[in-house]
Amino acid sequence: MSQRQIELEVLRYNPETDTEPHFQRYSVLCEDEWVVLDALNHVKATIDPTLSYRWSCHMAVCGSCGMMINGEPKLSCKAFLRDYEGVIRVEPLAHFPIQRDLVTVIDDFVTKLRRVKPYLIPKEEKSIEAGEYLQTPAELKKYKQYTLCINCMLCYAACPEYGLVPKFIGPAAISLAHRYNQDSRDGGREARQQEIAATEGVWECSFVGACSEVCPEHVDPAGALQQVKIKSTIDWYQEHLMPWRNK
Amino acid sequence: MTGKPYIRDVPRFGWFLRQPRYMRYMAREVTCLFIGAYAVVLLVALQRLAEGRQAYEAFLQALASPVSMVFHLVVLVFALYHTTSWFNVTPKAMPIQAGEDFLPGAIIVGAHYAAWLIVSVALLFLAGVF
Repeated sequence: MSQRQIELEVLRYNPETDTEPHFQRYSVLCEDEWVVLDALNHVKATIDPTLSYRWSCHMAVCGSCGMMINGEPKLSCKAFLRDYEGVIRVEPLAHFPIQRDLVTVIDDFVTKLRRVKPYLIPKEEKSIEAGEYLQTPAELKKYKQYTLCINCMLCYAACPEYGLVPKFIGPAAISLAHRYNQDSRDGGREARQQEIAATEGVWECSFVGACSEVCPEHVDPAGALQQVKIKSTIDWYQEHLMPWRNK
Repeated sequence: MTGKPYIRDVPRFGWFLRQPRYMRYMAREVTCLFIGAYAVVLLVALQRLAEGRQAYEAFLQALASPVSMVFHLVVLVFALYHTTSWFNVTPKAMPIQAGEDFLPGAIIVGAHYAAWLIVSVALLFLAGVF
């Protein structure tokens, strides 16, 4: 196992004493197979116990350790030090307020996620005795990729629209709404459309595509949003040009 | 929890200079100005046509000027970039599930290029090129 001296430049912010954030540099002797999160853990354990950041699983499942690494939204547990040269700049996820150091305030995302009702609203209620809600493999595949979202919010940090227009519901929440809309067992589309087919929903998206490029789980939020736009447009035409189809 | 969370400013202008992917996006968006400019030329052509033979022939002569040639060449380059950049993202907006699997994106993109070719050939045929 080889080792390398790594220079980390970490954005620090103490809400009790600082008026604005500043960078602090740490020089850390790192193992070659370490990720950025390992280096931060090493800093916290041996150099500076005041450094704050979120993390949990260390295996790209929990979605807690999203940070800007050299300006790019990344899970710090998936960002290998060997892929970086020179000073590694670590900042909290862009577009979110900084709570402390690398910890962001994520209330806005959580509220938006709640608004889109990201859970199954059964088309028809069945009693437990009536058995499971069955689904074919094709019906499962229709939405499966969106179930891989881990709510890490990297897509929000990558999305310039969200940065410029914070009321935008954003990529992950709309993709999760789309996930349930695409589910053959679900009947909640109309309720979700109130949120996602609105101006603050998909129509704020101008298809930059950055969300899909940074997603660590290879979900395609940009695709989901365009599909919602198309379906909502068809809804509009049906409502206005084919009134006999309205319920 | 005490103290106030810090909100970072997002620059209103020039934000797209921060990332190559934002610049690619802006390049795609800017091309629409050239498409718009060419639409104006087409509208002027229609107007001249409505004004009569003499006006239309004068318009055709103006099209043959070096300035017009350069303009058309520039618009063509931007129109090609505009078209291809949008065609290439169609599989995201219009995925097609055939049976269990989704059709490969290349088929959806390819179908757009094929339709483009067919429409172009049909237009050239109508214009009497063949």
